[in-house]
Amino acid sequence: MTPLLEMRDISISFGGIKAVDHVTIDLMPGEVVGLLGHNGAGKSTLIKCLSGAYQADQGQILVEGRPVTIQNPRDARALNIETIYQTLALSDNLDAAANLFLGREMMTRLGFIDEARMEAETRRIMGRLNPNFRKFSVPVSALSGGQRQSVAIARAVYFNAKILIMDEPTAALGPHETQMVAELIQELKAQGLGIILIEHDIHNVMKLCDRASVMKNGQLVGTVKVDEVTDEEILAMIILGKKPVRA
Amino acid sequence: MSDPTRRSLADTLELDKRLFGMIIAFAVLCLVFQYQTGGTFLSARNIFNISVQTVSVGIMATGMVFVIVSRNIDLSVGSVLATCSAIMGMLQTQWLVQVTGLGTGTTLVVSIVVGLGAGTLIGAATGWMVGYQRIPSFIVTLGGLLIWRNVAWYTTNGQSVALRDPRLLAFGGTEGVMGPEWSWVLGALATLAASAAVLSARRGKQRHGFLVKPVWAEGLLIAMIAGGILGFVALVNSYEIPVGKLKRIFEAQGMAVPEGFVAYHGLPISVLILVAVAVSMTVIAQKTRLGRYIYAIGGNPDAAELSGINTRMMTVKIFALMGFLCGLAALVAQARLQSHGNDIGTLDELKVIAATVIGGTALAGGVGTIYGALLGALVMQSLQSGMAMIGVDTPFQNIVVGGVLIIAVWIDIFYRKRMGA
Repeated sequence: MTPLLEMRDISISFGGIKAVDHVTIDLMPGEVVGLLGHNGAGKSTLIKCLSGAYQADQGQILVEGRPVTIQNPRDARALNIETIYQTLALSDNLDAAANLFLGREMMTRLGFIDEARMEAETRRIMGRLNPNFRKFSVPVSALSGGQRQSVAIARAVYFNAKILIMDEPTAALGPHETQMVAELIQELKAQGLGIILIEHDIHNVMKLCDRASVMKNGQLVGTVKVDEVTDEEILAMIILGKKPVRA
Repeated sequence: MSDPTRRSLADTLELDKRLFGMIIAFAVLCLVFQYQTGGTFLSARNIFNISVQTVSVGIMATGMVFVIVSRNIDLSVGSVLATCSAIMGMLQTQWLVQVTGLGTGTTLVVSIVVGLGAGTLIGAATGWMVGYQRIPSFIVTLGGLLIWRNVAWYTTNGQSVALRDPRLLAFGGTEGVMGPEWSWVLGALATLAASAAVLSARRGKQRHGFLVKPVWAEGLLIAMIAGGILGFVALVNSYEIPVGKLKRIFEAQGMAVPEGFVAYHGLPISVLILVAVAVSMTVIAQKTRLGRYIYAIGGNPDAAELSGINTRMMTVKIFALMGFLCGLAALVAQARLQSHGNDIGTLDELKVIAATVIGGTALAGGVGTIYGALLGALVMQSLQSGMAMIGVDTPFQNIVVGGVLIIAVWIDIFYRKRMGA
């Protein structure tokens, strides 16, 4: 089976410092791969060359076996690669529908923004993702962390994402909202999406991920199947950079 | 949702509360001046004059909304206006004369097109330096303030250019009016168009099953719009053309003014231009990708970039539009003054920015409306005109205007804090 995504031998330097150093990871359809490591391990940098925010100095990206070039966020979107950023990347002054469709607005035949259709679509998808969501006509600055997160997720999944990158999706959320995101990840997995999950909470990793790729100082420590290792072994990879012997 | 029986009138009408407050403050201001001037402030003549004097700053203020919403500033608008005006003036009276002849329609059309093009180019160049070269807009346009003011000077060698072509002067105000009949027709058409827009928005909402306002609220909104438009038409239609001017008009055709003959102004063409600009800019702001992206950039530039918006190109477009509007404002200003002088547009950057900010555009970006900026421009012009009428010293007028700017923003910060926005 061809992997949905392969990042081969990726390197990025900033002013002589190797932020990402010859890292190779892959992702199968319907799989959640956790990307782990300390702050500064290079996770976000690696992910940003997939989402088009940075470009790799070296290495190759393959989507469904085809080599691709991703020079900006538009290229990534065209390949159905969607990213949910840690900082959520919402425009606070716009409402949920405007954020969901930002950069991809629905237009009327006369070439104007079709506000009503966008709001109807937003209501439809939010009804599925977060049935309690009601605040459709206020700026997203007035929403709670969980509500904002559901807008960000709605935006990523609405446009037929195949590869979803989630950068600590539950970092700012309460227990109930975290549970909601966990259920959503299961549902998206069942639909055959591949998800790369950047996550610090080891319990979430054990619960949500199929495999985990651990980075340290810009290098890949290793990739393990989550149900073949213990919490402690993954922590040892993160902290000591030590790959478990039996994996 | 809140209990529907306990909603205020402004809520039911879905009126912008901030706008509502501004209109009330403006109304109070007008009444105070009306009382202080013994009834001349709200006369047809004075309202006509104030609206004509507001046009040039108003046109530029609509562009400044986009500039400030996208987290930029443009300090060069008054100087760009002067350069556009100088180019248009020289084309009309000197440069084009050998080619097309003095005072021909071609001369005028070519000069207007070149003037508007020059404004757009200057704006695009500013936008390129801000967007692609990352020079702060404050610096680029502060430099532009000096540069374009003095390019204008060199263009005319520091001389004033008298403008006499009546087709040009028609853009200025008093010399270009529609007359009562056409004013009524336009007023009626505008009322119909506004009502149609309100009703079509309602139908759009109903089609998708969203909540709509009660029918009476929709009716009241339409009645208020119609009252505003037709009331203004009635007022300018009641402003008589002075006898001396009628005499000149008739004498120019070798006739005498018939006994008991009266004529009325009606809508000034320059005000119609402002209305057209305001409607277009509002449509751009609310209904097009360009407008949506301007607000998105102002709200969160990184999010906009990550959403695939070309923020650098957007900056070029925003400043080019601002430049185009400076050119248009130059046309109206020189036509109203019937000349191009070196000081045309001096301090306009401050008036335009003040009008925009008084109108509720936040300097932090992301927030601002076209109608707010227009109301801001109207407030500024009314203040100045009213104070002049009741004999306030010129230096003190400026002190008051400066104070009003600061207080308006202060109240706004207070209000936003309370609304938690």
